[in-house]
Amino acid sequence: MAVESLGSAPRVKVAPWNDPVVRGWVFQIVVVGLVGFLAWYLVSNTIENLQRQKIASGFHFLEREAGFEIGDTMIEYSPASTYARAIWVGILNTLRVAVLGILLSTLLGTLVGVGRLSPNWLLSRICAWYVEAFRNVPLLLWLFLFYKLISEAFPGPRQAISLLWNSVFLSNRGVYFPVPLADPIHLWMGIAFLIGIAGAWMLGRWAKRRQEATGQPFPTISAGLGIIIVFPFLVWLAGGAPHHMSWPELKGFNFSGGIVIQPEFTALLVGLVLYTSAFVAEIVRSGILALHKGQSEAAAALGLSRGQSMRLVLLPQALRVIVPPMTSQYLNITKNSSLAIAIGYPDLVASINVTINQTGQAIENILIIMAAYLSVSLSISAFMNWYNKSIALRER
Amino acid sequence: MTDIMPVGERQPIAPPVDETGPLGWARKNLFSSWGNGITTIVLIGAVGWILAWFLDWALFTANFTASTGAECRGSGACWALIREKYRYIFFGSFPYEQHWRPLFAVIAMLAMLVMSADRRMWNWRLLVIWGVGSFVTFLLMFGQIHIPLSLILFVAVVGGAIGLTLRSALAAANERAAYYALIGIGIVGLALRIAGVLPKWSIAIAPLSYVETSLWGGLPVTLILATYGLAFAFPYGILLALGRRSNLPLIKGLCVGFIELIRGVPLISLLIMASVMLPLFLPSGTTIDKFLRAQVAVILFAGAYIAEVIRGGLQSLPKGQFEAADAMGLNYLQKTLLIILPQALRVVIPPLINTFIGFFKDTSLVLIIGIFDFLNTANQALVDPNWAGFPGEVYLFAAFVYFIFCFSMSRYSKYLEVELNKGTRR
Repeated sequence: MAVESLGSAPRVKVAPWNDPVVRGWVFQIVVVGLVGFLAWYLVSNTIENLQRQKIASGFHFLEREAGFEIGDTMIEYSPASTYARAIWVGILNTLRVAVLGILLSTLLGTLVGVGRLSPNWLLSRICAWYVEAFRNVPLLLWLFLFYKLISEAFPGPRQAISLLWNSVFLSNRGVYFPVPLADPIHLWMGIAFLIGIAGAWMLGRWAKRRQEATGQPFPTISAGLGIIIVFPFLVWLAGGAPHHMSWPELKGFNFSGGIVIQPEFTALLVGLVLYTSAFVAEIVRSGILALHKGQSEAAAALGLSRGQSMRLVLLPQALRVIVPPMTSQYLNITKNSSLAIAIGYPDLVASINVTINQTGQAIENILIIMAAYLSVSLSISAFMNWYNKSIALRER
Repeated sequence: MTDIMPVGERQPIAPPVDETGPLGWARKNLFSSWGNGITTIVLIGAVGWILAWFLDWALFTANFTASTGAECRGSGACWALIREKYRYIFFGSFPYEQHWRPLFAVIAMLAMLVMSADRRMWNWRLLVIWGVGSFVTFLLMFGQIHIPLSLILFVAVVGGAIGLTLRSALAAANERAAYYALIGIGIVGLALRIAGVLPKWSIAIAPLSYVETSLWGGLPVTLILATYGLAFAFPYGILLALGRRSNLPLIKGLCVGFIELIRGVPLISLLIMASVMLPLFLPSGTTIDKFLRAQVAVILFAGAYIAEVIRGGLQSLPKGQFEAADAMGLNYLQKTLLIILPQALRVVIPPLINTFIGFFKDTSLVLIIGIFDFLNTANQALVDPNWAGFPGEVYLFAAFVYFIFCFSMSRYSKYLEVELNKGTRR
């Protein structure tokens, strides 16, 4: 500040050791020199240590055979695959948990946050205690608890609990669901789904323009949802309605067929969602409380229904308060998903940890972790900043 | 109104619904509408059912006295496991007959934290409390403390420098002389020590047997990691925050880069880095204690987050404060230490406590690099084959202990928020 104000005034001649600009540069050069010296010292030590321990450097290890098993993969992977592929499997697993966690904890957190403001005393007390219980205990403890409960309290595959007429099985090896057998029509249904979303978006734009021109409202939400659901369904019917399913069946000591959700994944997702939704609930609550009471009164005075005033008046304004802290919660979910390593879910950190132990190349692997998390974090922040800008108050 | 009646035939209107007393309260808060009433009844049913099941499990059919896990296999909770293992869960592998040491260390740390929570102590007394508290804690934990000569000299230099900057305007001539003397003695002593004139000498305080950090475990480890993580990260977080707000481009760039790098990656990756890379960074032959490695990672991590909290406080100060300090002719250090930080830190104390709650919980991640913190000792208590199969009991017990700590801290932070804002509230 001092430098700025002096810069604009006519310069007074002072001795160089009293000139703030000169002082500033000297100070910066000294600090950068010290940091540089520290970096040089650490790097030279590291190089010496690596040479002494005969550890290779560089990223060539990525092309070598990984040789370790991964329990839960979204893409083709075997121990004969490369380290690069093992790490990629880890990244995909991290992303899967993070994306699902963000969606579910936003949903649950909003419900709990709104529940805390409910006029029903019992409901608001229960929501408050939910928030306190999950916020004040480490996430890792919840993860251990859920994982141990699933793996010890649930029976083995032979005594699995069957639900819904023997179609869904709960056991300590995971939850087994039936899935439709692969059919070419699924691809077309997916395309129809995307077209449906585009159609619903266009319908919304048309409805908004019509309402601005004529004042006639249009049930956009139900019509849009209808398009998104009905269109793929029609495609399915047109494709001959294939209904063959792959059912989970007990064969020997385990199930085959169907699709399985691993207990590690379930425990991690449940733990992350319950823990984070407690924080999300507080953010939503404070966002709604931050609004002036006149807003809801004015909306009621205009004759809007409770739902309309929430959707058109209150929520858009509350979002401005909610979005910035929510961004940091989303980043936290992504970073906290790394706790997976403690309960054996094969995420990025778990893959890297095995790779470090096998190759000894700690530095390269740590660089990969940092690059992966930083790029995920930066993309989430960039998206949320864009969203925040689009809902921000437009002033002159 | 169509039914206007002659005065004599007017019907009395029903009195307004009573809103006082327990019935009125229930009508207003539980049964204000049909939907509300149904919600209440459903919730009472669900809560009652869960509570009945939980009480039955945790109290009525629970086993408090079994001596092995096999005896415990009934329907209820096996609290006998906690009875058997609580000393291990709280103190880890610390020599069994010496458990009074970590117990008193925990008490000393708690006393230190509770005393620092009192606003009347927020002055020079804080330094005394932390100095004495830390000394007692580490003396009890280690059993022996060696204070090397160079550390004493270094403290003299730092103390003199701080005194000189803070009190330069107020101090009398002989007080100033004392600060200069401290700095002078310190620098000369350090130079002589480095040159090898002064011998490698240290004060040894050794009333108890030495216990190395690999035997530490349980609650003291969690408390030490969190408390000293914050204590060391605090000054360095202030430096980072000041650097980030500085208008010197190189300093600002360094601080922004560091803060964002640390905040962008998970704590686990920092812990793994500290455990595998710190030994590589240091000259060959030096080994660094595993506990210290974890502590360094926690400090690095905490500093970046604290810096962001403090930056919030710095940004909340009106520009006039900076300008007024400049106009008074204060230099940067005086301006920062006497005008800016006292005001900025006051604003950020409640969010800082919330950050501390976060670190307290996050220290549990150190179990991944094999440190026996409170959660890890609880975890290890489950490994005993005699007592296998009761994870719920142990984790609920650990969760209860964590809850007590975090909940009371969050209450304190709420209280403080109200207390500190008394001046600005209307």
